[in-house]
Order: sequence, then C-alpha cells, then structure tokens
Amino acid sequence: MDYSQFLTMGSELMLLVVFLIVFLFDTFGGAKAREYTSPLALICFSVMTVAMWLLPTNGGEAFSGMYYTSGIITVIKTILNLGVILVILQSVKWIDSEEAKIRRGEFYELMMVTLFGMYFMISARHFLLFIIGLECASLPLAAMVAFNKNQYESHEAAVKYIFTAVFSSAILLLGLSFVYALSGTGSLYFSDLATQVASGENSMLLVLAIAFVIAGFGFKLSLVPFHLWTADTYQGAPTSVTAYLSVISKGSASFAFLVVLAQVFGAAYSQVWEWMLYGLIIITITIGNLFAIRQKNMKRFMAFSSVSQAGYIMLGIISANVIGMTSMVFYILVYIFSNLGAFAVISAIENKTGKIGMDDYNGLHKTNPWLSFAMTLAMFSLAGIPPFAGFFSKILIFNGALESGSVALYVLVLIALINTIISLYYYLLVVKAMWISPEEPVVGEFRSSCYERLGMWLCIAGIVGLGIVSWFYTYIYDASMLDATTFFANLI
Amino acid sequence: MILENILIYFVIIPLLMLAGLALCRNMNQIRTVMTVLSTILLGLSVYLCVDFLALRAAGNTDPMLYMASWDWYTPLNIKLALGVDGISVLMIMLSAIIVFAGTFASWKIDPLPKNFFLWFALLSMGVFGFFISIDMFTMFMFYEVALIPMYLLIGVWGTGRKEYSAMKLTLMLMGGSAFLMLGLLGIYWHSAPEGAPLTWNILEIAQNGAIDRSWQMYLFPLTFVGFGVLGAMFPFHTWSPDGHACAPTAVSMLHAGVLMKLGGYGCFRISIFLLPEAANELAWVFIILTGISVVYGAFSACVQTDLKYINAYSSVSHCGMVLFAILMLNTTAMTGAILQMLSHGLMTALFFALIGMIYGRTHTRDIREMGGLMKIMPYLGVCYMIAGFASLGLPGLSGFVAEMTIFFGSFQHTDLFHRAFVIAGTSAIVVTAVYILRVVGKILLGPVQDEHHLQLTDATWYERFSTITLIVCIAGIGCFPNWINETIQQSFAPIIRVIEQAAI
Repeated sequence: MDYSQFLTMGSELMLLVVFLIVFLFDTFGGAKAREYTSPLALICFSVMTVAMWLLPTNGGEAFSGMYYTSGIITVIKTILNLGVILVILQSVKWIDSEEAKIRRGEFYELMMVTLFGMYFMISARHFLLFIIGLECASLPLAAMVAFNKNQYESHEAAVKYIFTAVFSSAILLLGLSFVYALSGTGSLYFSDLATQVASGENSMLLVLAIAFVIAGFGFKLSLVPFHLWTADTYQGAPTSVTAYLSVISKGSASFAFLVVLAQVFGAAYSQVWEWMLYGLIIITITIGNLFAIRQKNMKRFMAFSSVSQAGYIMLGIISANVIGMTSMVFYILVYIFSNLGAFAVISAIENKTGKIGMDDYNGLHKTNPWLSFAMTLAMFSLAGIPPFAGFFSKILIFNGALESGSVALYVLVLIALINTIISLYYYLLVVKAMWISPEEPVVGEFRSSCYERLGMWLCIAGIVGLGIVSWFYTYIYDASMLDATTFFANLI
Repeated sequence: MILENILIYFVIIPLLMLAGLALCRNMNQIRTVMTVLSTILLGLSVYLCVDFLALRAAGNTDPMLYMASWDWYTPLNIKLALGVDGISVLMIMLSAIIVFAGTFASWKIDPLPKNFFLWFALLSMGVFGFFISIDMFTMFMFYEVALIPMYLLIGVWGTGRKEYSAMKLTLMLMGGSAFLMLGLLGIYWHSAPEGAPLTWNILEIAQNGAIDRSWQMYLFPLTFVGFGVLGAMFPFHTWSPDGHACAPTAVSMLHAGVLMKLGGYGCFRISIFLLPEAANELAWVFIILTGISVVYGAFSACVQTDLKYINAYSSVSHCGMVLFAILMLNTTAMTGAILQMLSHGLMTALFFALIGMIYGRTHTRDIREMGGLMKIMPYLGVCYMIAGFASLGLPGLSGFVAEMTIFFGSFQHTDLFHRAFVIAGTSAIVVTAVYILRVVGKILLGPVQDEHHLQLTDATWYERFSTITLIVCIAGIGCFPNWINETIQQSFAPIIRVIEQAAI
C-alpha cells in the first residue's frame, strides 16, 4: 500500500492533529491549565485554517478514488473552518460558565469530530465513506445539542434531533440501496453509479431512489416538508450549538448534496430531480418565510429564517452549472458571516441576561448601540440589502439559476424574489424592535466579553467586506472552474 | 489612479460623509461635516455641469462623457462603469441641491442626530451612484442602497403612523425592485449575440441589440413595473402618501425630490433604451396606468385635509405625468418629462420644507385648524405661494415649462387613444389649481383660526437659506429653460434613434 496517499488528505490530518492536541490537553492538563482550553482550541484551529488555505492543495484521489479533493473542496472546507472559528468565539463565554466549564474540552472535541465527518462527507466519492462521514457529522451533534444537561429543553431538543438524524440516514440508506440494486455491479463508487444512471433508462426505481436520497438530505438541510424538527431543536439547544447547526451543518450538507446530485445522478437532472428540487425550493422558501413571521423567540425565528435560507442555497444546485456552484459556495460563506453575526448578538445577550424573546430587544439601541448596530447589519445582510454581502450572494445565486434560460427557472427566481420581500418584513421586525419601538429597554447596558466582541467585529467585517471586495467570489470561481468537468460531466 | 475621474467623487464624498459622521462627538461637529461636504457636493455638481456644457459646446458628441470603468466581478463581467449624459448631469445637480437644502432643513433633528445623518448620507450615496452608473449591476445596487435607509429614517424620526408607513413603503419599493432584479438579470443573459461575452453595460447592450422580441415582451413589464413602483405609478402608488406624510422634513424632501426621480430615470434609461420593441408595443398599457395616476392623484389631493397628504397625492399626479410623458416616446414629450422631474423635485422639496417649518411652529398639519398665517409669518407664506404657483404651472416658474412641453409633445400623436389620454391629463392641471388655491386660501388667507398662532415667529436664517436656494432654482428653470432644453434633447438623441429603429 502506498502510504503517501494519506498526504492527499492533508486537511483531515491537520484537523486530526488539532483534535488530538485539544483532547490530550484536556485529558492530562490540570484544573488550572484547563482554564486555557478555549484559547488553545481557538489558536490551534485558526493556525490550521490558515495553513489549510495557504498550503498548496494536492488535488487528487486517494484509496483508489474513494476520497477526492480539489481546489473548490478545499475552499468549502476552509469556509466551514471560518464558521467554526466564529462559533468558538461566541461560545467561550457560555462554555466557561459555572454550569458547563467542567465539560469544556468535550465541547470542542465533539465539534471537531463533527467537522471531521463533514470533511469526509464532502470529499467522499464512495457511498460507504460518505455514510461514515454523514453519521460522524450528525451523531456527535446530538450530544452537543444536549449539552446543557440540567435543562429539560436541551434534552428534548437532543432527542428530537437524534431521532430525525437517524430517521433521515435510514431514508437516505434506503435510497442508496435502490441505487445499489440498480447498478448491478456491486460497486458503490460515485463514478460507477453515474455510468449506470446514464446508461439505463429512467426506471421507476431510479426515480424512487432519487426521491429517497433527496428526502434524506432534506432532513439534514431542513427543507420543507422535512423541517419539522428544526424549530424545536434550535430553540432547545445551547445558542452556540444552534449557531453551529444552522450554518456549518447546513453548509456542508448543501455542498455534499450538490456533489451527490451532480456526480451520481447528473444524467437524470432534467428528467427527474430538477423538478423535485423545483417543488421543494418553492415550498421551502415560502413556508419557511411565512412561519418566521409569527415567531417571538429569537432562536425559533432564526430557525425558520434558516429554513428559507436553505431554499435559496438550493437554487445554486438546481442551476447545475459553474456559476451556480460558485454562487452557492459564496452564498454559504456570506450566510455563515451574516447568520453568525445575528447569533453573536443573540448569544451575547442571552449569556448576560438570559433573555431570548424578540420583545426583549425593544429599545436596545438606547442601552447597547453597538449590539444593535451589529444586529441591524446582520439582518440587512440576511435580507439581501446592499451594500452588505447578502445582496451580492442573493443576486449572484439568482443569476446562476437563469443561465439555462428556461422560463420555468425564471418563474422560480421570481417566486424566490417575492419571498425576499416577505423575509425583509420579518427581518425588519427585529430592526424595528431595536430602533423604533418606543418601549423602555429591557436589556440593561453591559459590556460583552472580548471574545464575543472579536467575533462580532469579524462578522461585521465579513458582512461589509465580502460583497464589496469581489476577490472572494473570483477566487471561488477560479477554483470551481478548474473542477467544472468532474462536477458537471454527466449532467443532462 | 482611481481619482482621475470626476464622477467617482460623487460616491467618495458621501463615503467621507459617513466616515466623518462616524467620528463626530457632538451636534456642532455633525453640522460642520454635513455643511462642508454637502457644499462641496453642490459645488462639484455645478462644476460638472459647466464642464459638461463646455465639452458639448466644443463639439464632443459622444453619447456619454467622463466614461470610466473598473473591473469588479470579472467572472460575470460586472464593472464599475461610470458615465453621464446631459440628463444625468441635471439629475446629479438636482440631487446635490436637495441634499444641500435637506441638510439645512434638518438642522435641529432630534433624537439621535448622528444616526439620522449617517442614513441620510447613505441615501445620498445611493442616489448619486445610481445616476453616474452605466452598468446595470452597480446601478441596481445603488438603487437599493438608496431605498433601505428610508425605513429607519421614517421609522425612527417620523411622525404619526410611522411604523406602519415605513414598513409599507419599504416593502412596496423592495417588491418593485424584486421584479426589477429579475428583469435586469434577464437582460444580462440576453445582452449579447450567441457566443459573444455577456455584458451589464447599458451602452454595449443597446449597441448589441441582441434581445429578441419575445424576451423583450417579458422583460419590459418587469423592469417598467419595477421602476414604476418608485415612480408612484397607479396602482402601486399607495406607499407614497403614507410614506411622505410620516417622514421627517428632510426625508420627504429627498424622497419626493430625488428618490421618486430614480423611477422615471430608470424607466427610460433601461426599460425603453434597452427594450425598444416592447416599449413601442406595450406603451399603451402603461399609458393607461400612468394616465390614471395623473388624474386620480390630483382628485385625491382635493379632498385631503393634511398638508403632507395633499402634497403626497400631488406628487403622485406629477410623477405620473413624468412616466406618462416618457411613454409618449418622442423627443419633445420626453424632454418635458425630464423638465418635470427637475421642476417637481425642486418644487416638492420646497413644499415639504415649508410644511415642516409650518408644522414645527403650529404643531398641526390639518388645514382646518390653520388660517391667516400670511399675517403671522409673511416670509413662509410667500414661499408657500411661490411653491403652489410652480405646482399649478404659472408661467415664469418651472412647472409651466415642464407641463407645456409634455402636452406639446404628447399631442404629436394623432390617434384617438393618445389624444384622449392627453386631454384627460391636461384636465388634471385644472384640478391642481383647485387644490393648491384651496390650501393657500385656507391656511394663508382669511381669519386666524387659533390665537396661539399669533405668537409664532417667522423663518430663521437657516430656514430662509434652504428655501431661497430652492426658489432661485425654480425661477431659474422657469425663466431660462432653453439651455436645459438643449442639453436634454441632445441626450435623448440615441434613445429616440433606438426607438425609431425598433418601430420600423
């Protein structure tokens, strides 16, 4: 066996090293030393992210094609890393609190294990490795959701999450078993299955298989009608975990979804899954938005907002071209910064005062102008208002969907655009509570911890800079251009 | 070097305004920053205008001057492309005047003066950016930049049912821009013939002329409705009365004065210039809608009792006339449309400034509770009368020039359909006279209604300053319309050429 192929998996190995450092430090460090677990995890992880981005990526395969990496895959992994750094910055205050601090190390370890799973999920080109990655990404998350072990809601959320995760994996596996039956060769390599899908006619079994795969991913991505767990889990989970679920988990699953649909089922694009996705996108965006309007709890509110945002991300998949893929990755990047910007404020306020309702934000600008400022920018960016990054990611993802020029996709984009108006309404409700509401402020004046402030400033920098500086989009575009043939070769 | 082009300063100075305001600590510093920078903007716009006319006089006949372009999103060929023709120069000047006057009109804004001017500066950046762009993407971006500050400006500093109005205004305008965005993306994907690189540049798209007829028929309504919402086209005008009535003075001025002009400007710059075949074909639909705006707005203004509502409906009527004239698709009427934009911008800004000043003293905007104000505050009374006369089209003021040109141009169409709508539109002028004179008679003349009003004082120095600026401009256009006329007509030449080619 050629051991040098392990080097292709550079990003996974580096993550493993960071994980081991944190794990060993947490296990063998004294009580005094463990106070420094958070900074250690943060620094190691940041160094790793920079290294991953700077080191030349040896694109290529390992283990006879089970594992595949390339420029765009490194880019999406780096983007996920950025999100994790922001989540760590937000969670330091909470994880250092009396209740949670003895399990400080576990939190970071679990987080890194799930990230490890997501890396494999994105890089897998064989369904066995893919499923391992998927499980590795979802099961430890349940432990993270249940992290506040003295709180009833946290347990409830974790139970709901684990049942959904297992159920969705089962559905996905059922779909895959149909595909396996179709292939007849006994191979689970993406490339072999793709040839099979391309050569055979579109039998009912294939349609059923694709439907099950889409449903399985639908649970992970909380697409309507598979979204029912989202609000309860988001509400009950510790806020930092909610933030992690809503961006990192969602971002990685979206990319893996694109990989599976384009590389395995590419040949069935126009006949089968374009229409399935078409319907899903419409109901996801619309229902997510309509439910978000009535939410009074900020975490539930963000849950429904993230349901509809997932619908927008799917537009990048349905466009099935390089611009769509680029825009989707860019959308995920922008979404990470905007959503985590909102969560930074939510968790800062929750850590200090325990308040989480939208009414508690009334008159916030009088006591905490900077928090209101950060939250306003995040809301504008999520709603897609220029000059903030959300505008660029939205218009670019719509742009990608229109390339094929079919009228149906124009109608889809129009529906999505009308939905942005609905979403603008409820995002503005938060802005209204903070700036316009005449009531006396509920949340008193306070100073956030330095980690929280650093996280917030990074998010603000991202929200303002990512769109105006076109370098990011161009960089992603160059990376995805190099890989365009492997992604969209089978597409019909 | 990025600063070689004069146009880019119109975005940089508002950015400096934002930066300067962010550093301000007290009211005096804020006022200094705003006064200095808005004066520089005004000076720059006057310089631009003079320089532009000089270049034209020297025989430069390019469709756009001061062209410059920087790459932005290279994969999609998005550029920051700048360029102006005579119309944009005039619009920039109008905006600079109103930003300048608006700064003085909000001299004593309260609470949160710093935030107010921050959003105000962002809004003006959007407006200037829109007028200097010739790239659809940046144009649209600046368009939305100009829309969103409205929400907070009305919501925080407004009066009355401000939360409702702010939300209604924002959602309706953003709804319009949703249609617009789809239209623009559609234009982009059809901007070049098969195989050639796609482009967002308006001039290149017009030159390529690659959008086929069937697509034009889809895209024209999308873009026209998108811009038409901001131009207060019936039935999408309902944000306008509520929004204007609740907005603080400077915001009403900027909104009615400049922002509504973005709609009209976009209509001919994008909808008609880029989609001429559909424009010829579908103009009748929108002539009906804008015709309704003109008449309906005027009649609605007659029955209102709130000064701001009267003006807002009058704006619907006047802005409807702008779109109405643009749809006539001939040089004379379209020139009139631009004149009407300038005239309406200045006149409405003056109106809203005066209403703000009167309201600041009497604390009511209900015309039934006021009377005889001419005796108490003669300066404001006379100004209000001048604004009213401009609105009803008294010769010598700007309104007359604009409306004359519009109806002159519109009457060039000889068919019954156009004639009928032109006659209906002309009748709205009479109705305008009715509601203007009714207000003037009620609040300025007659007996004093409330004895508390007797103690009120006349305008202060900064109020006089901002009103005089506007009145000078209104009278300027009214007395010397020729140079503006020529500038506009020259700029319309390429657009008219495209329309005539499409009609064949």
